[in-house]
Amino acid sequence: MNEVKPRLWRLARVDFDPVRQRPVLLYPEGAMFLNDTGAEILALCDGQRTVDEIAAVLSAKYGADVTKDVTEYLSALVERELVVDA
Amino acid sequence: MPKPPTTLLAELTYRCPLHCPYCSNPVDLARAAAELSTDDWKRVLSEARALGVLQLGLSGGEPMLRKDLEDIIEHARAVGLYSTLVTSGLGLTAPRARRLKDVGLEHVQISFQDSDPSVAEHIAGIRSVDKKRAAAAIVKELDFAFSVNVVLHRANLDHIGEIIELAASLGADRLELANTQYYGWAYENRAALIPTKEQLDAAEPIVDAAVKRYRGRMQIVYVLPDYYQQYPKPCMGGWGNVYLVVAPDGRVLPCQAAWQIESLAFDNVRERSLSWIWEESDAFRAFRGDAWMQEPCRSCERKHLDFGGCRCQAFQLTGDARNADPVCIKSPQHHLIDITTADVPYRYRVFEHAAAST
Repeated sequence: MNEVKPRLWRLARVDFDPVRQRPVLLYPEGAMFLNDTGAEILALCDGQRTVDEIAAVLSAKYGADVTKDVTEYLSALVERELVVDA
Repeated sequence: MPKPPTTLLAELTYRCPLHCPYCSNPVDLARAAAELSTDDWKRVLSEARALGVLQLGLSGGEPMLRKDLEDIIEHARAVGLYSTLVTSGLGLTAPRARRLKDVGLEHVQISFQDSDPSVAEHIAGIRSVDKKRAAAAIVKELDFAFSVNVVLHRANLDHIGEIIELAASLGADRLELANTQYYGWAYENRAALIPTKEQLDAAEPIVDAAVKRYRGRMQIVYVLPDYYQQYPKPCMGGWGNVYLVVAPDGRVLPCQAAWQIESLAFDNVRERSLSWIWEESDAFRAFRGDAWMQEPCRSCERKHLDFGGCRCQAFQLTGDARNADPVCIKSPQHHLIDITTADVPYRYRVFEHAAAST
């Protein structure tokens, strides 16, 4: 999983919901509300960076090792086919 | 205050070129009042977005029979809704598809009745297979998100492997395989439609294998038939919880089959705001949460998993929408679930146009 280069499913996009004041992942027949951390992770899923590289960016930003959290979050989205390996 | 809804199904018209015997539209279609105007729909969509709706399904009947579909979709896009067109595919010509793309339609869902053209046309009651295939090709050409949906029943369930291959060959991103739910015309036709347990058991491993095989290429959603389940489905994710339907005449329903619950009065967007209907109306409050539940639901450990099942089915089969869905093995009326099959002709969906406008 950690060498995977994640990107969003081509039919999914991140939008912002002004009613709930939250980012949301929209895709055919679905909407998944994101917290700010989730949105931050997905913004780094450009199909170029690996999961480890994304985790390194966020670990540096927050001054703590978030590799496990990032990996779990993206694994769940890969399982749901909302994120794919570029 | 209830939490905001996420999904609105806009039934733009009950008019349809197909005559499918499993349609969930009202059986007494001729009684339907005049359809909402373009301005009505635009107001409804603005109100829906302000209320929190993100996903818009444009359905019917056949929504492409509305000449103002482009205006409605353009408005949906402008207010920030993700639009899905749920269509038979009939009438989806290349120029019209291009216009729908230009105004912001994102996702097209085309129904297919079977992999076998002669069976498909027997079910639809009309020549339609070539037109559907042509529509699918146009949808792919224009790079819409594309789903195929197939309602399953006794006449096509044995073809499930071929149906999956058909959807893949059409280039579908998603395939919805939904066993018939017995409301509306489907309830009238249930003896002719209901599959056997053997058919369902044979279909399951074929679907499971295909889900794995097509992973990453085509998402497959398989909806089981609740008549053969032990516990009911978590209908609509809970009554008045995430979903609402606006019928062609402007009535607002918690699900597309709720029109049949005669003990409820449904408010209309011609008279009330969508937010008032969602938050305050008797029909939406009737079965929200769990205070309405009776036994065996009230003390059931599953009540927050399935919400007592389907209110429409409870009403249809027991005469009281507050009862447990009789699909549930704990229901004292479970014996009302009738899985008797009979090789009788379909009673086809018909709709005389006289009552409709636009």
